[in-house]
Order: sequence, then structure tokens, then C-alpha cells
Amino acid sequence: MNRRWWYWLLVIPFAATLVPPIYARMDPQLFGFPFFYWYQILWIALSAAIVFFVYAQTRGRGHE
Amino acid sequence: MSSGAIVLAILVLGVTVLGFAAARWSGGAINSLEEWALGGRRFGTVVTWFLLGGDLYTAYTFIAVPALAYGAGALAFFAVPYTTIAYPFAFIVMARFWTLAKQRGYVTTADFVHDRFGSRSLELAVALTGVAATMPYIALQLIGMRSVLQRSGLAPTSESALLFLAVAFVLLAAYTFTSGLRAPALIAFVKDTLIYLTVAAALAIIPAKLGGWGAIFLSAQHALAAAPKPSSIILPQPLYFAYSSLAFGSALALFIYPHTVTSVLSAKSAAVIRRNCALLPLYSLLLTFIALLGYCALAAGIRVKDTNLAIPELFARFFPSWFAGVAFAAIVIGALVPAAIMAIGAANLFASNILRTFESRTVRPPVETRVARYLALLVLAGAFVLAVFIRPDFSIDFQLLGGAWILQIFPAVILGMYARRLDPRALLAGWAAGMACGTWMVAASSFKSIFALHAGNAVLAGAAMFYALLVNLAVAGSLSAVLRDRASARFDAICTGEPA
Repeated sequence: MNRRWWYWLLVIPFAATLVPPIYARMDPQLFGFPFFYWYQILWIALSAAIVFFVYAQTRGRGHE
Repeated sequence: MSSGAIVLAILVLGVTVLGFAAARWSGGAINSLEEWALGGRRFGTVVTWFLLGGDLYTAYTFIAVPALAYGAGALAFFAVPYTTIAYPFAFIVMARFWTLAKQRGYVTTADFVHDRFGSRSLELAVALTGVAATMPYIALQLIGMRSVLQRSGLAPTSESALLFLAVAFVLLAAYTFTSGLRAPALIAFVKDTLIYLTVAAALAIIPAKLGGWGAIFLSAQHALAAAPKPSSIILPQPLYFAYSSLAFGSALALFIYPHTVTSVLSAKSAAVIRRNCALLPLYSLLLTFIALLGYCALAAGIRVKDTNLAIPELFARFFPSWFAGVAFAAIVIGALVPAAIMAIGAANLFASNILRTFESRTVRPPVETRVARYLALLVLAGAFVLAVFIRPDFSIDFQLLGGAWILQIFPAVILGMYARRLDPRALLAGWAAGMACGTWMVAASSFKSIFALHAGNAVLAGAAMFYALLVNLAVAGSLSAVLRDRASARFDAICTGEPA
């Protein structure tokens, strides 16, 4: 498979974090945090993981 | 003098020594612009992580974001999606910009625009926008410092705070002059260590004393709902679009500020940038918890008129005096690092792109480092005047405008790397339209970043910077389609051939 396709994964964080109707709510709560907060915090980590994954899949093609 | 004030003074003096010592760090005589302004393009993953972290997450950010949470609730947390999506975006775009800059020897975004479009006027537009957006940003760093200084007890009166600021600023200017970008790069290590320490301590101590996060959110909700301008900890439906357009617009703008570009270009390879896009989100996590400290301040019953004082007040109340000194030092040093990088970034634009009298197509002689160094002093002096002699509100309004302005160079700088058919005259017209529209919208909403767009009976509140970008793109796109473009051949020569 063309390794360029992996770059499309980078769209996911945009879709997950730029649509407040998904997460602008109180419940379910986690450790006292309303959903609004822990969902967005979770996406900081998930987005970093996606970026790292894409980096690992595409490195060595003229970037190193 | 309290122990906190002594700790603060010692730490600030310590980083000053470090700033001067940085001139001798990691080889290379500082005799070319690349050495002074970009540290010789030699920084690896770790140095770049600290440098960009110190650059993107400034003292003002650490004061203003929790202040907004303290005053306006959920809306402040647009900073979270903003600093989440900035990285997948930069992963693609800034890695490519780094590669082009390395190949063609660019030091600024305007260098690229000049080379790519062969247009002196577009280059000037981009450079002037960069400088105009940066000056108030530096001034705000100073204002952030001042609120901390007054609270710390080191400079309780406004006169002594001014004196301290002046001394800190002269020293900052001096080591920026001698060491260039290496000074903030080295100091960033200290700054970030202190910031992480402070936030770790704050999270270990404060929530437990306030009865846990559940109780904090609950009392923050009560306090916000009872305020004269009520708000909530959960984003209300009318603010959805404002929230996401602010996050999106800010994310696109983040990496085209001159100081960010300076830090990006100082990396030794595109891979360093790409790796950092996976590592820098750790700072976003930090920023989120700092923003939540705004709620802690509400829950702790801290009531201040100037919301910028909420966090210093919180630290002073919950930390022992000496550790409050560490926390305040983190903020003061957190102001010095970006101020130095911003001054260098603005000086680069002045020296390389504004003060050129040559024809646009001639081969240019290299900029004298001496010129850029003196310009950096001038930029810092200008920001100092802005911060001290003009009301702080002016800097805040001006910086807000700066955010709407800087996004208007996005089509030329970022789309210019990918879109072959863009015409420089169309881009200039789009820039002018975006600038006018952004300025008007921000001013019309009495210097708020959110503009209520009326369409018939419907009202859509969104980020002014985002609306202005749409106008810009519409003008630049449609004119590019009509005009016979002059710059496709340049695109073919410069921008084709490398991956993503």
C-alpha cells in the first residue's frame, strides 16, 4: 500500500475535537471530571499517538 | 523581603547568566544570520522540544487561559482542541516548510513568499503583518510579568515593579543581542522544568484541599452561574461554532507567527519537527490543567477584579512562600523566553524583508547579522514602551487584532507551498480584504475575538479571525482563477519534487 495513505489518519483529531455537540455534556463523569473535560484531555493523548503512528509508518522517505 | 521574593530574584539572575553563557554553547561563531537567528539550524529533538514548548506556551498563555476560565467558563477550553489539532497540521505543513527553507536558505516566511511569488509587495505585506502581530505579543509577556511581580512581594509597588521590569528587559535585550536564539533555547530548559514542577505541585496540593475535582467543578459552576455575566462549565449550544472556529483559526495561525517559524527553522532536520509534533502535546496537557486552575481559584473563593491575578493569588494562598517564589519565577522566565524569540523573529523580518531597497528579482546579498541584532534591541524597546507607557488594555486589544491579522498570511505562506495556480496579485488583494474584514469585525465586537454574524434572522457567532480568512480565501481564490498567474513556473522550480 502507498505509505502516503497513512497521512489521512491525521484528519481524525480534527473531526473528534472540532464538533462540540459530540462532547459538550456533563455525563458520563470520570474521576469527578465532566465528560466535556476528560473527553478533550483524552484526545490530546490520542492525537499525539496518531501523529506518532503516522510518523513511524512514513519515516525514511526523504524525511530522515 | 519574603523567602519567595528571594527565590524569585535568584532564579531570574541565574537564567540571565545562562543567557550570556549561551553564546559559547554548541560551537559555531555567531557571525552569520543563520547562527545568530536560528542557532545554526542545528537543534535536535530535545532542544527543539524545549524551545518550541517555551515559545508556544508563553507566560501570558499560562496567565490568560486560566483567567478566561475563571471569568468565562467553558469557552476558555477552546485552547485544548486548538493545541491538539495544531500538531497533526504542523506535522505535514511545517515539516515541508522546514525542507524548503533548508534547501533555499529561508530565515523567514516572507523569504519564502518573495522566492515563491517574486512579488516585493506581497513579501512586504507578509513581513509587516508578522511584525505587527508580534509587537503586542511581546508587550503582553511583560504585562504577565508585572502582575506576578506585584503579587510576589518582590516589587509590591507599581514603581518598583516598573524598575524590576526595566532591569530584566535590559538584561534580556543584552543576552539576546550577544547570544541570539541560543539564549532562549538554553533558558527554556530552566523555564519548563520550573513550569512542570509548579503544575505538578499545584495538582498534588490544591485539588485535595478543595475536596477533589468533583467538588471543584461543582463550585466553579455555581460561581460562574452567579456572576454578573453568567456562564457555565459546559459549553452552551450558542457558543459551539465560536468554540470550534476559534480553535481551528488559532491552530492554523499558531505556526505562522514569526517566533514559531524561527524555532521551527532552528531544528536540524524535518524529522525533528515531525517527532516534536508527537511530543509537544505534553505541553497541551499541561496547559489544560493550568486552565483548570482557574476553576480551582473560583472554588477556593478567590475573588479578584483583574482576572489575570487569579492564578498568582491562588499560588500565593496555597503554596509556602519559598515555593510560590519558584512558581512566580516559572512565569517570569516563561515570559523572557518567548520575548527573546519574538524579538529575534521580528528582527529577522525587518532585516531580511522590510529594509530591502533592492529590486525584487535581483539576487540579494546576505543580511548583516549586526543589523538584525540592533533591530532586535529596537523591537524589544518598542514592546517595552507599548507595555509600560500605554494602557495594558491597548496591548490586549492589539494582540487580539494581531491574531486575526497573522492568519491572513496563511494563503500566501501555507497554501503557497501546495497550490500552483495562486497569483501574487490575487493573494495581495485577499490579504488586504482579510485584514480589513478582520480589523472591522474585532473592532465592531468591541475587541472580542468572537463576532456575531447576522444573516437574515439567524445569528452565527464565530471567530473573527476565521471569518476574515474565509473572505481572504474567497478573494484570493476567485482572482487567481481569473488572472493569468505569473508564478506557476516558480512553483514548479521550488515546490515540486519532495514528499509531503
